[in-house]
Amino acid sequence: MNLQTESEVAAVPEGGVPDGGVPDPGEDHTHLAMHFHDLDQQKSAAKLGMWIFLAQELLFFSGLFMAYFAFRFLYPDTWLAAHELLDKRMGTLNTVVLLTSSLTMALAVRACQLNDLKSCVRYLWLTIACACGFLVVKYFEYAHKFQLGELPGHHYRFEGITGGAPELFFSLYFMMTGVHGLHVLIGIGIMVWMIFGPIRRGRVSSQQYSLVENVGLYWHLVDLIWIFLFPLLYLVR
Amino acid sequence: MPTSAGSTADSTVPGDGASGHDDAHPSYLSASKGVASWLFTVDHKRIGVMYLVCVLSFFLVGGLLALAFRLELSTAAPDLFTASTYNRLFTLHGAIMVFLVLVPSIPATLGNFVLPLMLGAKDVAFPRLNLLSFHIYVLGALFLIYTLVSGGVETGWTFYAPYSSTTDSSVVSALLGAFILGFSSILTGLNFIVTIHKMRAPGLTWRKLPLFVWAAYATSMIQVLATPVIAITLFLLVFERTMGIGIFDPALGGDPVLFQHFFWFYSHPVVYVMILPAFGVMSETITINSRKHIFGYNAIAASSIAIAGLGFMVWGHHMFVSGQSELAGTIFSLITFAVAVPTAIKVFSWVATMYKGSIQLNTVMLYSLSFLFIFSIGGLTGLFLGTLAIDVHMHDTYFVVAHFHYVMMGGTLIGFITGLHHWWPKMTGRMFPELPGKIGCALVFLGFNLTFFPQFVAGARGMPRRYHEYAPEFQIWQFWSTVGSFVLAAGLFLIAGYLLWSLKRGARAPRNPWHGMSLEWQTESPPIEHNFDHQVICTHGPYDFEEIDYSKA
Repeated sequence: MNLQTESEVAAVPEGGVPDGGVPDPGEDHTHLAMHFHDLDQQKSAAKLGMWIFLAQELLFFSGLFMAYFAFRFLYPDTWLAAHELLDKRMGTLNTVVLLTSSLTMALAVRACQLNDLKSCVRYLWLTIACACGFLVVKYFEYAHKFQLGELPGHHYRFEGITGGAPELFFSLYFMMTGVHGLHVLIGIGIMVWMIFGPIRRGRVSSQQYSLVENVGLYWHLVDLIWIFLFPLLYLVR
Repeated sequence: MPTSAGSTADSTVPGDGASGHDDAHPSYLSASKGVASWLFTVDHKRIGVMYLVCVLSFFLVGGLLALAFRLELSTAAPDLFTASTYNRLFTLHGAIMVFLVLVPSIPATLGNFVLPLMLGAKDVAFPRLNLLSFHIYVLGALFLIYTLVSGGVETGWTFYAPYSSTTDSSVVSALLGAFILGFSSILTGLNFIVTIHKMRAPGLTWRKLPLFVWAAYATSMIQVLATPVIAITLFLLVFERTMGIGIFDPALGGDPVLFQHFFWFYSHPVVYVMILPAFGVMSETITINSRKHIFGYNAIAASSIAIAGLGFMVWGHHMFVSGQSELAGTIFSLITFAVAVPTAIKVFSWVATMYKGSIQLNTVMLYSLSFLFIFSIGGLTGLFLGTLAIDVHMHDTYFVVAHFHYVMMGGTLIGFITGLHHWWPKMTGRMFPELPGKIGCALVFLGFNLTFFPQFVAGARGMPRRYHEYAPEFQIWQFWSTVGSFVLAAGLFLIAGYLLWSLKRGARAPRNPWHGMSLEWQTESPPIEHNFDHQVICTHGPYDFEEIDYSKA
């Protein structure tokens, strides 16, 4: 999440700039970076940059998804048997938790747009809480699998599955959920930084909420990836 | 100066006056002083120069590695190195040249420097992200340097599994280096896309963009969409080695061909990351030195995008003999041929641009003509290899080695050298001397062809690549190849010598030494810190040169 470094910190007012017009001369321009003509340009650049960043995130995960499909195609019976070892209730619980966090994130962005920074921070804490909850559930799932030896590759010791290459299912399970979990962790870090950094220092308001909005976009992507991971890993049919 | 363009250009070209910096607007080179003012600058021009220094340094390292194993190959018997050392030499040569030189060569150096200038912008859209991408590049480079000093890798730059996951050389540091360098490439691409979309000067519409910008745009698309795939692939391979996850290991049920699919899904498009910017350079240099509006502007712009798109669908042609299905092979072969169409459109358009042009045979133009000649051979031999039946025979022979050096070295790096000369006056404020420039170009052209043309012959006669000891009937071809490589090296050292000389002693460059029409020539040489002292408004196309007066001819 390197994008936050430049554009969104120096985020942009919206209301002050009439559609397609010249910025209001009375407005505070301190957060307009030197190389932009106006705040509109700065804001739309930040947003486009974020969407391109999300595109490369998708491609990053695509490798894992392709590997998943390749091996599911090679070992369909193993996949069916191995997925029974994942805890569907925990997976469902985490799906609900993560969807809720997306809602609170959207509410945080909304509160920011309405200049209600207090609520914004409250919703961000709720999002962080959900994210932590997600990781706690994940921890219990991982611990259980470590105990049973349902581990990736040559660490695999579980003997309950017959058929080819069950260790590959767990290789992919741990890689996919692990990389996703890393994204959750990074998201938590960015939200905490945002609360104690830019928001506290008054650099976020209804005039300049690009930072919050872009972090929101990132968070929704993390959520969206889980929406694909959950059925692919837990609900194989 | 003999470098100045001919009679057709005159003072009506905007911003054609002599360069002069006043105290209020110092050049970007003297705006601030000290090492930190360079290492932590957000000025795209300084970042471009730092990239240039790094890329050229690694080009030297990669080149010296190549000279070392070329010496070994001059005789059929093994004399200088063991087989294992030889494998390490060519692996590091490949990895350094691909990841540290070719990929960043034109976009990160010349692109960083001239792209915002061409757009009439003060900087790229995200200057701090640009600096971050440079720092990431340095970090990745440190990993590869560590690989070099800790004994190297002998897997080949392709890191094919399962050999790469089982050999005991420093594969992990090399993989991490390439992984990290990928993010530098992604961030540069992201920055360029947003810059081209959002930072254009008023009046600079998409169809008035210099074709170098179109090429950079297509390149950036590939960087952003292909590089993350190699990132996750190398990431998986790191886990394969350290944790034994087995995704690419047949012993655990994994699939090594899957690695090849993933690897080439990135590494074929990245060939276009390397060559498209060189195409962009050609569109500038050939047109400016023909003093004529470019032939087929729209076709060249669209063909860059077409190459980027088609480039994503041809990766399987690296795997014709890896056990993919015949149907897949046929489809990949067909799409590979399709790539030749937009590429040929470019070559024909450049040739048509020269037709009835007022051609200035200066150093830059000589390099451009060398590019056309060499790249055409590289491109056409690619069609041989894209043909299923022929590839079965040619696969893993010197024919392949010669082909991709004709494209990568003869295409990308000669394009890079062309662009470096073309924008050298803008970057440094100094002219390079013409006569040594032309001699250097001749040495590079002869040396290059002498190095790599014999490899086509050796490969066609069946000599496999990656052997340091080989059958004696190939020695004659390998010997001349080694001779050529030293001629090539002499040419490159000559270029390095006079370019460094020109930094202190070269004539002061005017704003617009080649009488170009694109916006980068409207500012000082070297440019002031924020590029332009006024808001640039673009009123003309990048190739609106004055009509050539044929009555004088």
